[in-house]
This record gives sequence, structure tokens and C-alpha cells, in this order.
Amino acid sequence: MTISDVARNDWYPVAIENLLIEGQPETVVLMGETLTILRAADDQIKVTAADGSECPLTLRYGHVWSSIGRPEHALFDIPEAAEEGRRMVDCGPVRVKASPLRVVENFLDIAHFPFVHTDILGAEPHTEVEPYKVEIRDTVDEVWATKVRFFQPQAAKSAEEGQMTDYMYRVPAPCVSILYKTSPPRPGAWDVIGLFVRPISEELCDAYAWMALYDEDSNQTDLVQFQQMIFLQDRSILENQIPRLLPLDPKMEIPTRADTTSVAYRRWLKRKGMTYGAQLVAR
Amino acid sequence: MGLQLYDYILSGSAYKARLLMALLGVDYQPVAIDFHPGGEHKKPDFLAINPAGTLPVLVDGDLTLCDSQAILAYLAQKFDPTDTWFPTRDPGVTGRILQWLAFAGRLTDTAGAARLHDMLGRPLNIEKARTNAHMVLRELEAHLTEQGFRGDNFLTGSNPTIADIACFPYTALSPDGGIDHDDYPAIRKWLVAIRRLPGFIEMPGIHRLHDMRDEADA
Repeated sequence: MTISDVARNDWYPVAIENLLIEGQPETVVLMGETLTILRAADDQIKVTAADGSECPLTLRYGHVWSSIGRPEHALFDIPEAAEEGRRMVDCGPVRVKASPLRVVENFLDIAHFPFVHTDILGAEPHTEVEPYKVEIRDTVDEVWATKVRFFQPQAAKSAEEGQMTDYMYRVPAPCVSILYKTSPPRPGAWDVIGLFVRPISEELCDAYAWMALYDEDSNQTDLVQFQQMIFLQDRSILENQIPRLLPLDPKMEIPTRADTTSVAYRRWLKRKGMTYGAQLVAR
Repeated sequence: MGLQLYDYILSGSAYKARLLMALLGVDYQPVAIDFHPGGEHKKPDFLAINPAGTLPVLVDGDLTLCDSQAILAYLAQKFDPTDTWFPTRDPGVTGRILQWLAFAGRLTDTAGAARLHDMLGRPLNIEKARTNAHMVLRELEAHLTEQGFRGDNFLTGSNPTIADIACFPYTALSPDGGIDHDDYPAIRKWLVAIRRLPGFIEMPGIHRLHDMRDEADA
């Protein structure tokens, strides 16, 4: 198949910077192409394609980012990453047999919390999703959902009791979702959690979770494993979604009010021409 | 100091120990090891505790146990006053329980390996692992079907033992490795029976029974 320019010319995570050991190349697949990532003896990181050509490179948010095309834009900015006092947590890639777009869409959904993340991110009978605000911000070309509120028994590793958690969601690139949620130890501030997805094929991907948290107490490994626990609860659900490709035809599925973010995300993908991992017409 | 469990949240083997301790009401201190992405279980500090570089590890005072099946046997003997989780008076029963503990190792090597490949991208001949996993699951299915004819819900009788706990995780988690349960009705019934046990705890990939599901299965 041909990969649309918008998919080719974007940045995708290919490795965790800290885990690259000098002289030990790692290989990954990005949209069907094999890339090799190497930290050379001079500590310089390089990404090369199968034909030996050098690929674009950006080092940010703990990850090595690359592309099989020629991105004309810089990697999206997460201003919070530069804020002092935050813990940066790289949670590692988890492979999911699902469209990368479905993985991003699932990350934007809160209605599933009480059923999939029972007693952690949600609990019955607190299943109602209150109305929230969704917009496609044309100036920055991003999808935003704001004023989201949800009751959570254990919003984060640092949470000691149940709380109403405020959320914001942001989609700065088709395969990236960033959420902002009330930081339990600092109720006035946002914890930031990013999900960076590398499409291996249209129906297979590696999802890297990354966090920038206010949490001075938790052990780093406990933080990683809290996030892995959450993500693995989603994984089996994602792998059972049919069709595997994300339908962009509005007639294909019937959304409810809680799905407003998903509707905007799909509309935005369609408008951008991001068809990799998507199904345009119901079939 | 009480019990310490070197643990990884996504490890089915570590979950065996967590599950049995939950069922027996035993308190312990978990020590999270960064299996993924950090590979901490293969680094010198952890290898000094367990040279095999595997999880879980149970430490109780001077005793260090590095094999999940041995951990189950130890926990049952030490903390089960009813002597039902690992009964040792009847040699036939003991022998059969030990045989299922060994069988659990075959589940780990096949279905467990397929899961690590599919979930964390570990290198593996995945088709061979899945084929072998189905062979192991067919054995389990045949045995559980016979148990059903006898009116026994569990592997060695009408009560659950450490044999069931040992075989439960990688059977329940096999869909994570692309090995579904469609052809195994007796296994599906057994998985539900274990999830119904009082004190049962879940792990990612093994959901608890919701109220509606309970009714549907009843």
C-alpha cells in the first residue's frame, strides 16, 4: 500500500534514549520499514534505514524520535516537560495488535474507566461522564478536550484516597495523545501523561507511555508499573475491537455524548488525510 | 521483617504468589523490579539475589526462594492451617499436585513466552510457541473435562490446590499471546471457578468477574 504523506512525514518514537547502550544497535519497524538505532562511541545517536540512509532524528521527552519521510515541522512541544520539580518517567513500549489510531482513541476515552480500570481510575456506580468541551484548535492544528471531570478511586500511584479528578486531553499528532490530570499531591497542578505510538503496520503498534509527574515519594519502578498495569488492562480490550482499523466513516459506529472527543479526533484525522490505520468507508 | 516478594506487575509467575497470598490472607512487602523496560532482573544487584535472573523471588528471613512453584508450596505449608491448598497426607494426591506444578512450567514456556513476544516484543519463534501452547492447553482441557464428569471443579479434586494456582495465570493470560480459549470450554469454566474464589485478586489481563457476568455464568 502507499502510505500517505501526512503519515510518512511525521515523527514517531523509536527508542528510549536512556536505555540505548553504546555500541548495541536496536532495530524497530516503523510503518513496514526497519530502522536501526545506534548510540555510537562518541555518544551520538543515529537512526538509519535498511538501505543505509540516515533518518531524521529528534531527542525529546526521554525518547528517540525518527521518521521514514521528511518531517517539515518540529516535534510538538510539551511545555510542562521543562517545568522544575517534575519527575520524568519512561514506561517502555508495549506492543498492541490494534490500529495505532485505536490506541490513541482509547487513551482519550474516560467512559471505560469504571469497567476496565475498576477501583483504580473508576468505580461503579460513579460511571457518569459529565458534559465537557471539545474543540479542534485550528491555530495549532490540535484536538483538545477540556473541563473533563471524573470520580477516581486511585487517580495515581501517589493518590491516598478517591477524588474528583479534572482532566484535559490533547492530540498534537495523529499517533500521540497527552493527558493532563489533577496531581494528587498538588491539587492545583496538572500531572502530564503522554502516549507516543509507533505504527509497525496498520494493525500493529508499539505504545510508549511517558509521564511528567509531581510525586516526590513514589519509587520510580512503582510509577512505571502503575502505568503499565493501567495500559495492560486496556490492551486486551483494544485487541478485540472490530474492525481493527479505526473507522472514519461517521455511519460506521454510533457515538454517545461521552464519545465527543473521539468524534472530533476522527473528524480531524479525516480532514488531515491521516488514513494509515484507518478505514475510510465502511466495508 | 516479614515476607518480601520481588515482584513485577505484569509477570504471571509473580502473580501466582500474589494470588495465593491474597487467598490465604498473608501480608507481604512487594519490591517492584523493573523487568520492562529497564531489564533490572538481569543486572548484578538482582542476580546477587537470584542468579537465574527470574521473577518472582520470595524472601522470608534467611530463606530465599526463586521458583514460583516452590514459593506456592512453601506458602501453603506455612500459612494454610486447613491443609487443603497443599495436602501431603495422601501420596497419590501429593504426586498429582507436584505433576501439575511441573505442567505449569510448560505453560510458562509456551503460552507465557508467546505473551512476552506479543506484548513486549521479545524475540521468539512465535508460531512454534503458539502450536506448543495449544498442545499443552489440549492436555489441560482433556483433564478438566474428565474432572467435570466426576463433578470436580478443580485439577485434583473438588477443592482448589496450589496446582490450580500454578496453572491459572498463563492459561488465563494466553489470549495476550494470540492463543484464544475458543476451543476450550472446560478450561473456560475452570478459569471462572478460580475467579470466583473468596479473596481472589486480579492482574492486568485477568479481569475480575463483574456482577452481570456472575449471573450469566450461574
